[in-house]
Amino acid sequence: MTVLAVGEHRRGDLRDVSLELVTAGRELADELDTDLAMAVIGGDVEGFAEELNREGVDTIYTVAEGEEFNHGVYTQAIEQLYAELDPAALLLPNSVNGLDHAPAVAERLDLPLVTDVIALEGGDPVEVTREQYGGKVETTYDIDAEEYVLTIRPAEWPTADEAGDAAVEAFEADIDEASLGTTVNGFEEVGSGDIDITEADVLVSVGRGIEDEENIPLIEELADALDATLSSSRPIVDNGWLPQNRQVGQSGKVVTPDVYIAIGISGAVQHVAGMKGSDTIIAINTDPNAPIYDIADYGIVDDLFDVVPELIEEFGGEAPDV
Amino acid sequence: MKILVTVKEVAEVDDEFDISGLDIDESSLEYDLNEWDDYAVEEAVQTSETHDDVEVVTVTVGPERAEETIRMALAKGADRAIRVWDDALEDAQFLDVDAKAELIAAVAEEEEPDLVLSGVQAGDDANGATGVALAETLGFEWAAVVNDLELDADAGVAAVHRELEGGIEELTDVELPAVLTIQTGINEPRYASLRGIRQAQRKPLDVNSLDDLGLDADVVESPVERTSMYEPESESDATVWEGSADETAQELASFLRDKGVVEG
Repeated sequence: MTVLAVGEHRRGDLRDVSLELVTAGRELADELDTDLAMAVIGGDVEGFAEELNREGVDTIYTVAEGEEFNHGVYTQAIEQLYAELDPAALLLPNSVNGLDHAPAVAERLDLPLVTDVIALEGGDPVEVTREQYGGKVETTYDIDAEEYVLTIRPAEWPTADEAGDAAVEAFEADIDEASLGTTVNGFEEVGSGDIDITEADVLVSVGRGIEDEENIPLIEELADALDATLSSSRPIVDNGWLPQNRQVGQSGKVVTPDVYIAIGISGAVQHVAGMKGSDTIIAINTDPNAPIYDIADYGIVDDLFDVVPELIEEFGGEAPDV
Repeated sequence: MKILVTVKEVAEVDDEFDISGLDIDESSLEYDLNEWDDYAVEEAVQTSETHDDVEVVTVTVGPERAEETIRMALAKGADRAIRVWDDALEDAQFLDVDAKAELIAAVAEEEEPDLVLSGVQAGDDANGATGVALAETLGFEWAAVVNDLELDADAGVAAVHRELEGGIEELTDVELPAVLTIQTGINEPRYASLRGIRQAQRKPLDVNSLDDLGLDADVVESPVERTSMYEPESESDATVWEGSADETAQELASFLRDKGVVEG
């Protein structure tokens, strides 16, 4: 019985969530009084193993199969690692690629799965915490099983930074290439263009609270008046109201301006992941319980349609009629 | 070809809400078509409009109340609908990923679709796992978090973009039959037309019990048990400027001036 966690890499870089998995995995291994094994599949496995060799890791298994993530390879390799190690718990990242293989691994191994875990406690049974209803509530679950799969939310656990002395072992997986039904042909970077919101000192960012495309000029005018750059949360881009290069968040850009003014943005975790590193965060939102206030330094709990025109006038602009 | 679309009716929570026991009180909930599924329905309907002989069938696990949402999907252009419900489901504390996958798989095995479209996640439970679990249960291929889809029905391949983190998309070919989990923004979901809404009333909506699907009541059994639900403690230490809109705007303006980030 051990805890097995599988790291994630992309285009030659180990992703941070891998080192967060070390922290979460060590935490669970301590609860279970057992070892932590990490695995890394594909790419420069030797180099990744070196990076994963942090305090708390007992063994690192390298699976030299392929360059980039392929869910067929991952699913087969993890299944075989599982058969070899017989771990109590399997920890995978709740990333886009994690969600592309964790549910299949759990089904194939006939193990219970809980995704997007933000905290865990106790070994028998393990109690996990997750968010529901768009982050409005947290729920805890007991997993009454000897073995289970968890995916952990990125950026919830700190990365493990102390050097370790884990044993590194090459694991020979037997991959059935003929059964692979997906082919990854490459990558594309999106959202480039003339504007780079990551370079801005001041961002005026607009979210769902703006309600309608016709109201966007109000926020544009404010950005102009402040000589700031306009950015947005995901729904605005999904609706086609602003181009993709304006999107802040997990699937958009990570920004770290001096001042980030979030207008009509509730602060979903995917958005916060892209802007929490801002020096000063100011929120304008009618809902005092909106999660944006958890990370805001300053707030105005009021209707943006009342506050923003006043603000534009403060800076000598003229609020458009919306 | 046939496209099966998973359609979930999700609960949306009022700003002010009560928790009773292990769930949000019914009085604080409103029900709607899951946002991600709206995009999945649209993608299926657009595909049926641009390809010959495509039938779009929706599948929903949900009580009778969900039929309003299902009719909405029919009004947007799906051809017919299947709803799965049973007393055993009504009595379950919640349905875990495996149970949902088993239920939908039983329908898929009857329907034998070439393509299954599901939302990336549901707005309420946010497991983000049912589509891929379904694929594995069916022995289908899959791709999670798809934000672009080009279907080559003759070659039996779906060329997709998977939306990774940080503005990177993965370009992947997926062999059919497959389950694709659809990300928001892949298309512009239409509003149902009045004509569509009228037509939807006449489209078939079949209800299946566990028995109809050849499943036992133990399909809902789960080793995962919800033990508590609570409102997270606010971590907010934000300074909130109080007053009328012009007062708070002035506070913010002078803050920005003091900080030196804006002139004027």
